[in-house]
Amino acid sequence: MTTWRRHRWVIYLLLAIASATFLLPVYLVVVTSLKAPADINLATTWSIPQAWHWKSFADAWVVFSPKLANSFTLTIVATIASALMGSMNGYVLSKWRFPGANVVFPLMLFGMFIPYQAILIPLFEFLRSVGLYGGLTGLILAHVVYGLPITTLIFRNYYAEIPDEMLEAGKIDGAGFFGLYGRIVFPLSLPGFVVVIIWQFTQIWNEFLFAVTLTSQESQPITVALAQLAGGEAVRWNLPMAGAIMAALPTLLVYILLGRYFVKGLLAGSVKG
Amino acid sequence: MKLTRDRWTAILMLLPSVVLIGVFVYGFIGQTAWTSFSDWGRVSSQALAVNPEIEMVGWQNYRDLFTGFIDVRFRQDLVNTFFFTIFFLAGCLGLGLGLAFLLDQDVKGEGFFRTLFLFPMSLSFVVTGTIWRWMLQPRGGVNVLPTTVGLPAWEFRWLTDRTQIWRFDWNALPGMTGLLVAAILLVVALSSWRGGRRLRAAVALASGVMLGAWALTLGRSVALLPFPELHGFNIAFVGIILAAVWQMSGYTMALYLAGLRGIPSELREAARVDGANEIQLYRHVVLPLLQPITLSAMIILGHISLKIFDLIFAMAGADNATTDVPALLMYLTAFRANQFSKGAAIAMVLLVMVAAVIVPYLWTSLRGETRR
Repeated sequence: MTTWRRHRWVIYLLLAIASATFLLPVYLVVVTSLKAPADINLATTWSIPQAWHWKSFADAWVVFSPKLANSFTLTIVATIASALMGSMNGYVLSKWRFPGANVVFPLMLFGMFIPYQAILIPLFEFLRSVGLYGGLTGLILAHVVYGLPITTLIFRNYYAEIPDEMLEAGKIDGAGFFGLYGRIVFPLSLPGFVVVIIWQFTQIWNEFLFAVTLTSQESQPITVALAQLAGGEAVRWNLPMAGAIMAALPTLLVYILLGRYFVKGLLAGSVKG
Repeated sequence: MKLTRDRWTAILMLLPSVVLIGVFVYGFIGQTAWTSFSDWGRVSSQALAVNPEIEMVGWQNYRDLFTGFIDVRFRQDLVNTFFFTIFFLAGCLGLGLGLAFLLDQDVKGEGFFRTLFLFPMSLSFVVTGTIWRWMLQPRGGVNVLPTTVGLPAWEFRWLTDRTQIWRFDWNALPGMTGLLVAAILLVVALSSWRGGRRLRAAVALASGVMLGAWALTLGRSVALLPFPELHGFNIAFVGIILAAVWQMSGYTMALYLAGLRGIPSELREAARVDGANEIQLYRHVVLPLLQPITLSAMIILGHISLKIFDLIFAMAGADNATTDVPALLMYLTAFRANQFSKGAAIAMVLLVMVAAVIVPYLWTSLRGETRR
C-alpha cells in the first residue's frame, strides 16, 4: 500500500507516454498542414515548419468548401429527421406497449448492426429507379432510415425513465396520445435530443460507405473528397492534412464542448444504455 | 373507448418506421440473398442493362468463393479479417484496460486524460486513415521517427509489405477448425467438471474427443481445393491495426472506467482489510467484475472489425492487395466490376458472420431487460 503510493510517479510517467503517443498523429497533421509543398520532405517530416504556410488552408478551402456544404446539409437534415422519428418511436415503444412490441423492437435494432454491404446493391437499384441516385436526397434518405434503430433505442431507454404516473395524471386531465407527447414527454426530452443529435451528427458526418457508393462528384460529402484527394497520385501532403483538419473540426468541437453527451451516446450503442 | 383509439394512434405512428426498416433492412437483405443465387453481372454486358437477363445458379457463387480457383483473393480476405479482428480486439482491450486502471488511481487531471484518450473516437475513419497514411509513408513518418533522436531510420514498408507469416493450407481449414472446437470443448469439460456439473462435463468431453478424432483422421483428407493454397497473416496489416487501435481503444477505456466506477468502494476496502495487496485486489476482485464489460466490448468491436471498410479504403486504397478485406472486395466486385451476384454473395457471407456475433448478444441483453 505505502510502496504503491510512493511510486505514484510511475502512473504519471505512463500516462505521459500514452498521451504523447496519442498526440503524435495530431502533431504531424498540424505541422504538415502548415508547410509549403516544397518544404514537405520525408526526411524532415517531424520538424517544425520554417515558415508558417497558412495558404494550405486557403487552398484546401477552395477544394473542400462545396463538399463541406454538402456534408452540413446532409448531416443536419438527416440528423433532425431521424431524431424526430426516433423520439416518436421511443415514445410509442416505451409508453404504449402493444402485442408484438417485443418482436418488433429487436428486429428494428438489428438494423443498426448489419454490414450495409448486405443492402447496398438493392439500395443502389432502388435509388436509381426513383431517380435519386447520385444526389444528396438519396443519401439523406439512407441515413434517416438506417439511423432509426439507434435513435429509437436511445429515446426508448430515455423515456422509460419518465414515470408512468405522470402520463396517468395527464390522461385523467383528458390528454390523448398527442396531448401526452406534446405536454409531458416532449418538454422533458431535451437531454435525450442532445444525446441523439450529437450521436447522429457524428455518425452521419463521418460516414463513408453510403457516401462513396451513392453520390456523384457534385453531391459528395467531405469524407469522400478527402479519401479521393489523399489517395491520388503525387499528393502534395499539406492539402490532405489541412483537409483532414477541416473534416475533423465539426465533430471534434462537438466532442470537446459536449463530451459528456457524446460518451452517453457511445455507451447507449452497447444496447442496454 | 378513448384509450383504445390512442393505442391505435400509437401503432399508426410507429408504422412508418416499421415499414421503412422492414423494406430497407429485411426486404433488401432478401433481395441481396436472391441476387447472390443468380448470375447477374457474370456477363458484363448484362450487368447494367435496363432489364438484365438473369438466371438462377443456386449456390454456385458461394462455391466459387470458397473453393473456386479464381476467388483466392476472397479466401485471403477472410484470413485477413480473422487476424485483424484478433489483434484489433487484443490491442483495444489491453490498452483500454491499462488506461482505465491508470485513470482509476485518483490521478490529477483525470478529465483531461480521459478527453485525450477518447478524442480519436469522434473522428471519421477516413480522417484517421488519411493521417495514418501519411504517418506510415515508407521513407517518412514513423519510419524516420528514430532519426530525431539520432538512431537509424526503419525500413519497414508498412502498407505494401508482401511478407506473410503463419501460413497454412486452405485445405487444412476443416481439420484445424475441428481441432480448435475440440480444444474449446475440452476446456468446457474441464471447467464443468470442476464446477461439479458432471453430465455437462461428460457430454463436452465425449463430443470434444469425437470431434478431435475426426479432425485428426478423416478431417485431414477433406480437400476443399484440388491443389494446396497457402494463406497467412499479411504483415502489411500491422499499420492498419495500429491506426484502428489508436482510434478505438478510448472506447474500451470509457467502458472499463464506467465499470470500475460502478464497483462499490466497500468491496475494495473489504478486500484490503482481508490483507489483499493492490495487485491481488485487481486480480481477484476487480477483474472478475469487469468480465461482462469485456464481453460486450468484444462483441461491439468484433462486429466493427468484421465490417471495417473506410479505414482501409482511406489508408491503403481500395485496390491495395495486401490489405484487402471482404467488405472492400464486395465494393470492388459489385460497384467497380459490376459483378452484382458475386458481390451479393460476399455481402451475405459478411452478414452471416456479423449476425453470428450480434444476434446472441441482442437476444441475451433484451431478454435480461424484460425480466428485470
